Amino acid sequence: MEAPVNTEKVLDIVRKHEDGWGGMIAVLTDIQYVFGYLPEEALRIVASATDTSLADIYGVATFYRAFSLHPRGKHHICVCLGTACHVRGAQMVVEEFERQLNIRPGETTLDGNFSLETVNCLGACALGPIVTMDNDPSTKVRPADIRKILKTSWKTDTEATDSLGVTVAAALGQEMEEATTI
Amino acid sequence: MNGSIHMTLNGLEVSVETGMTILDAARFFGFPIPTLCHMEGLSPYGACRLCVVEIGDAPQSKLVSSCTYPVEEGLIVRTASARVLRARKMILELLLASCPQSKVIQDLASEHDIRQQRFRQEHEDCILCGLCVRMCEEQMMAKAIGFRGRGEKRSIGTPFDIHSEVCRLCGGCIYVCPACQLRCTYTEPDKAICGGCVNISPPCVEKDSYDDMMCYMAPCVACEIKKD
Repeated sequence: MEAPVNTEKVLDIVRKHEDGWGGMIAVLTDIQYVFGYLPEEALRIVASATDTSLADIYGVATFYRAFSLHPRGKHHICVCLGTACHVRGAQMVVEEFERQLNIRPGETTLDGNFSLETVNCLGACALGPIVTMDNDPSTKVRPADIRKILKTSWKTDTEATDSLGVTVAAALGQEMEEATTI
Repeated sequence: MNGSIHMTLNGLEVSVETGMTILDAARFFGFPIPTLCHMEGLSPYGACRLCVVEIGDAPQSKLVSSCTYPVEEGLIVRTASARVLRARKMILELLLASCPQSKVIQDLASEHDIRQQRFRQEHEDCILCGLCVRMCEEQMMAKAIGFRGRGEKRSIGTPFDIHSEVCRLCGGCIYVCPACQLRCTYTEPDKAICGGCVNISPPCVEKDSYDDMMCYMAPCVACEIKKD
């Protein structure tokens, strides 16, 4: 699923933010938006195009949790584990996601459809526990709601015609294989 | 900017050049301040906090790192007050706990009369003082290594943990490292950060795997053991 990095695309992004070091985060954000993650190849292109060292760019990319150096799934799930969400049972929500998708936080399902991540606060503590699926928030989530959340994403997926049941069964079938972080 | 300012250094009225740091001034007038992450020729970084001094009058006095604090008019500095010594001993004790095998830290601890070490020993191989990063950037003009991650996951290394193409294997990073715990990786050139032992004569090439060996370069421990 790793597509080759389009050099022109990366250079376009760099040109858009041509104010040097101050725009590094903006450049990385845009690259992540286009490619879904920060490919090594793209970071090398940015380094040579902006004349900054790769070590510095890598430092920024690893400093912020929002940046990912590994390809993420087609649907990215964030579960909030902030204090308010935590006391309302966010840990159980995470565990339920782990069970349904058969991956641990930070990993991607083998079919590349879902990736799971925990975050420390999404800033809507009164509505916790919060789960966002591709930046689309679900509030006051209980473990029983998770199937529904996964299902809605499945419906919006135009390519997939399978029902969620099939995916979950497939995911369970893979439980002997190690879920990869790719 | 070449004026001079007046300040009080351990009760002594002195006049120093503007632009100096407290550390420079104190050393100029002969007051010793211990340092770990400070090195002439590298920009001050203030990571180890060993150079703390007390500034200001007693009730509002505060501790600052002298290597990064520029002198200012009327500044009152105490380099060895009871509070400073207490803080320094605590910092050393913590450094000793995180990196007990480092000769540099052991020496500093014994100089400062540390007789006990109350914290759990971590045996870290890096205290994140940033000396190697600054050495690589400012003296070797390479920037092959840098800080990665943050918080407890912060570490120093090359981007993507592979050999950096701007690294010239000069060994400067190992030379300045106070923890000096970079594992000898010459047998796996792809992972090598330093490889300084390739440049010494005779080159240190008769190696098998030395997973637990540390390379101190002068002489390389692994090579010394190999001789026996």
